[in-house]
Amino acid sequence: MKTNRVGSVLKYVLLIVGVFVSLFPFYWAVIGATNESGKIFAKPPVLVPGDRFITNIVNLNEAIGIGRVMFNSVFIVVIYTTLSLIVCTMAGYAFAKFKFKGRSTLFSMFLLSMMVPYHAMLIPLFKMMAAWDWLNTYQAVILPNLAYPFAIFLMRQNMLAIPDAIMEAGRIDGVGEWRLFTKIIIPSVKSSLAATAIFLFMYQWNNFLWPLIVLNTKEMYTLPVALSSLFGLSRIDYGQVMAGVTLATGPIIVFFLMLQRQFISGMLGTAVKE
Amino acid sequence: MRTKTAVPYLFLTPALVLFAIFMAYPIIYSFLLSFQTSEGGEMVFAGIDNYKRLLSDSIFWKALGNTFVILIVQVPIMLLLALVLAAALHSLTRWRGFFRVSFFIPAVTSLVAYSIIFSIMLMSDGIVNQLLETLGIGAVPWLSHPVWAKVALILAMTWRWTGYNMVIYLAAMQNISESLYEAASLDGAGKIRQFFTVTIPQLKPVLLFTAILSTIGTLQLFDEPYTLTKGGPSDATLTIGMYLYQTGFRYFDFGYASTLAYVIVVLIGILSYIQFKVTGDE
Repeated sequence: MKTNRVGSVLKYVLLIVGVFVSLFPFYWAVIGATNESGKIFAKPPVLVPGDRFITNIVNLNEAIGIGRVMFNSVFIVVIYTTLSLIVCTMAGYAFAKFKFKGRSTLFSMFLLSMMVPYHAMLIPLFKMMAAWDWLNTYQAVILPNLAYPFAIFLMRQNMLAIPDAIMEAGRIDGVGEWRLFTKIIIPSVKSSLAATAIFLFMYQWNNFLWPLIVLNTKEMYTLPVALSSLFGLSRIDYGQVMAGVTLATGPIIVFFLMLQRQFISGMLGTAVKE
Repeated sequence: MRTKTAVPYLFLTPALVLFAIFMAYPIIYSFLLSFQTSEGGEMVFAGIDNYKRLLSDSIFWKALGNTFVILIVQVPIMLLLALVLAAALHSLTRWRGFFRVSFFIPAVTSLVAYSIIFSIMLMSDGIVNQLLETLGIGAVPWLSHPVWAKVALILAMTWRWTGYNMVIYLAAMQNISESLYEAASLDGAGKIRQFFTVTIPQLKPVLLFTAILSTIGTLQLFDEPYTLTKGGPSDATLTIGMYLYQTGFRYFDFGYASTLAYVIVVLIGILSYIQFKVTGDE
């Protein structure tokens, strides 16, 4: 019994240290974002939030036009998530609920492409965008990964469970295929749609390498690219940078805390038990 | 009945068209580019010259070495830590939800943002060194020493991804049938033994899955070294992904950059195959 109690105390100590390590960097970002630039290196360290957040945001706006940058990020993410969700849900539906020639070949092709690193597509994609005069445009960021193989896979897995009887009943009643899809199938997979949407949203919100390559003016930068450019300057205003970091992470954490279950299942591609 | 056979193809069309233009074509085209070189602005066939160039390219070997050091050190540490945390959480009767959320939060932060936070925390007069000095350990040259820069990168990546893997393991542990544990405990196996004789074997497919996922991710590593250490000091944290970016988009050597891309493709193929073989036949 005694060893058991020691073990249990150790376990809680380990977990609490773990929680501290997990959360401290966010706290540190808030400290940086609300204080003057040099304060983040002060000795002894400043451990309480200051009142410079608004000032830092104003400075950040002067440096990179944070309003425009936020708009770019939100605009790209919303359009991308919406379009990709439509494309991937339709494809997942075809793979899950229809038998047709070439189904397994096409499906394995999508699965296999998940193993191919994005790097293998960068250069031809860049040449394509240059040839079409699409460098530094929204569509250059939005279009390339619309048919996201993992999202297709997720939707297909979740739609396998829809009983064929529902579809047959609809067809006998004379419901057209498109109406069947939008009025009967879609409402029955709402939670998987939410999870997949979150997966796509997170992918695009964090997307860095490709936007870094195709976007080349401040007016078009997304949040990660803008932050990276600010952090690459020879004289860095740490208050500004941390304010930007807080804008990039804060809203996502709030979303996550509100929609934990959907987030976790979307990012993992699995259902989560309590 | 109308022409029902066309229906699934119509639903697939948008995905297939996008896939063909933006994935299949680039994958094939960059394979061809890997055998080409630029002569006076024109791409011309160069046989296996680019692949020969790899052999004598010391920066490539350095980048490959760095990538492998990170892979071999970071992935096992992270997965082991994730497994321990998952087992601890699984045995909890209260507060499980709180711990799960707390450990998962790093996984929802943007790669560039967390790399910046870590870079600032690990600077020579940053908070981490202040803590180490207070503890009497002394400051560590996190970002300016070739070995410590790799350690910094590994610490940051472990922070970002451990909770993600932990949640995967936890979900898998919750799916293991209680009867397996009952049978083991009837055979006289204690908690620790049950972990090794029941939990680990049952988790094998998930362990394989996370190992492959992490390997693929590490071989493509770019955002973190680009932001956290900028590949330095003196290329000590340059990864293949970063070298490819420099070759393709700083020096615009598209042929050689495509060759580097295919090195990553081949490595992912080989390592995934090995991991499948090692973990068994399912």
